[in-house]
Amino acid sequence: MSAPVVDPTQHRTALDRAPAGDSLGAYAARWWAEVRSGELGSLPIFVGMVIIVVVFQSQNANFLTAGNFLNLVIQAAGIMTIAMGVVFVLLLGEIDLSVGYVSGVGGAIVALLTLPGGDWELAGLPAVIVVLIVGRGIGALNGLLFTKIGIPSFVVTLAGLLAWNGAVLLIIGDKGTVIIQSRLIIDLANGFISATASYVLVAVAVAGHAAAQLARDRARRRAELPADPPSLIVLRVVALAAALAAAAWVANQDRGVPYVVLMLAGLYVLWTWVLNRSRFGRHVYAIGGNIEAARRAGIPVDTVRIACFALCSMMATLGGVVLASRLTSVDTGAGGGTILLYSIAAAVIGGTSLFGGRGSIKAAVLGAIVIASIDNGLGLLGLAAGTKFIITGLVLLAAVTVDSLARRNLAGAGRA
Amino acid sequence: MTIEAGRPPGRPVPLLELRGISKAFGAVQALYRVDLEVHAGEVLALVGDNGAGKSTLIKSIAGIHAVDEGEIRFAGRRVAIHGPKDAARLGIEVVYQDLALADNLDVVQNMFLGREEVTGPLRALHETLMERRARETLATLSVTTIRSVRRRVAGLSGGQRQSVAVAKAVMWNSKVVLLDEPTAALGVAQTRQVLDLVRRLAEQGLGVILISHNLHDVFEVADRITVLRLGQNVAEFRTSEATQAKVVEAITAGALSHVPGQQEESFA
Repeated sequence: MSAPVVDPTQHRTALDRAPAGDSLGAYAARWWAEVRSGELGSLPIFVGMVIIVVVFQSQNANFLTAGNFLNLVIQAAGIMTIAMGVVFVLLLGEIDLSVGYVSGVGGAIVALLTLPGGDWELAGLPAVIVVLIVGRGIGALNGLLFTKIGIPSFVVTLAGLLAWNGAVLLIIGDKGTVIIQSRLIIDLANGFISATASYVLVAVAVAGHAAAQLARDRARRRAELPADPPSLIVLRVVALAAALAAAAWVANQDRGVPYVVLMLAGLYVLWTWVLNRSRFGRHVYAIGGNIEAARRAGIPVDTVRIACFALCSMMATLGGVVLASRLTSVDTGAGGGTILLYSIAAAVIGGTSLFGGRGSIKAAVLGAIVIASIDNGLGLLGLAAGTKFIITGLVLLAAVTVDSLARRNLAGAGRA
Repeated sequence: MTIEAGRPPGRPVPLLELRGISKAFGAVQALYRVDLEVHAGEVLALVGDNGAGKSTLIKSIAGIHAVDEGEIRFAGRRVAIHGPKDAARLGIEVVYQDLALADNLDVVQNMFLGREEVTGPLRALHETLMERRARETLATLSVTTIRSVRRRVAGLSGGQRQSVAVAKAVMWNSKVVLLDEPTAALGVAQTRQVLDLVRRLAEQGLGVILISHNLHDVFEVADRITVLRLGQNVAEFRTSEATQAKVVEAITAGALSHVPGQQEESFA
């Protein structure tokens, strides 16, 4: 470990003396101290993933194949999309139980709007836009009932769970199963980009990440604020490049990178930016942390909460489109089954607190991958659905237990 | 022991001046013709028993309660305060007893809560500017106990939290800061930090109104003490000329100009 570098900014005030250690070693030590005090971040989920991979691979050699990797990603895509929206509502400390059937409504509408010989015969993209508008409307209704009338979100969305289930049945009506025929919708989960295109996109993503990191670093150094060690920035960029390139390479061994992954990557960047870099995102965290403080700070609490519910339902309908695309059809069972519970569980397993104020879009992504891995792995082992549910339930319980213990640790260390 | 309320000639205009403020909640007369003034660079302690009307008075100044009668003058000019935003625009900031901090946000994020700086066409949060200003504010207040402004508030001690809440209040060119029981939940060392901080606010030319139950703290930092009892002014002291016994006497048995009626006796 190198000697601490003397940073002139540290001596202007006593602030930041300890955390501004400029070496990678000091940074790692600080990270470890945070983990020990309960700021686990994504650590449990990475440990969990390693266990899942080792267990399933040892039981079935097909688990770690390129083909199965792609299946797994496509299986995760639907609930990942829904879970991204759920994160916003959970950050408020609220819940949305209607996301399952709202996704069903999204799938049903997109199927009917694009049906050749149907009443509308819309192209794929306009149909998706209509679906998003409908989703936004459903969510805004939830948010209005919750904020303006004061019905608990649990009850509003429980009513929604029933009502939107009914809506799916009515929309599909006696058609039974609607086969999706729009090329664009089908290609979302069943189309793949070329290998060259995938590597170009990886390069673009890595370059974008590097540019953002450098810009942030330069701004901080110019403002004479403590900055991350350059070696850490290099490490981050290299790690991202390696991970993306490896994922693209594996995908290209089989069918290639699915379009839906591009959509998810775009949504990930968009919503992460909104949560971390916009005033709206900051207000979402503040409301989840201390709603009274947010109110006194002049934050339009109700508007922000309605927007979060609208966003959640909008993402749910988009998730419904993804799920419909994967099956290339929509039936009366759309939005049912495990979709609701898997979506909320994905956000929570990834590290989003049910009590509000803590969570991220990354949590939804990682959680959805864990859930899809378990589902997929247990499927490969040929276990009964009952066993699958029990194991998924136990994983959810474990994730929440880790979160609760970490929080207790955090409170103990924090308030000392 | 009661000092003449009128202002001696030649004294500067008070920064904040309340004249004859009354406020009733239904049958309960919470404030009755209360006068109060605080000058720049001065710490005024507002003391009184539970139910004396201290919190109501603070909330009236902050714009949370509309007063029934009386006038509020700011720097000699009569003002109307209809809400917290009006108070903030005048430069009046309140640090409530519960501090109103979001535990899950860090120091900078809390200090700029609701007033975030944004930059660029996307209106992205201007983190470097906010972090810099937060550090500068803490530095001018000589708050040295907070090691990193990027620490979450959940990890701070009671005294550190109080410092953050005070820094948040004074960062916006505030002229008058009202502190509601800032030392109530603190240990000895942390109380020390906060009292030093209160003193520094006054040294920087702010008018400070400190509500406290703890006369020891009051005598340590306040220049003047105003005593409320049953919603009325009963005494005013210069700290240098008063004793704790006299203040206690005023709090518990100060002479009332207006004898409360039957209805007022029930309020506590």
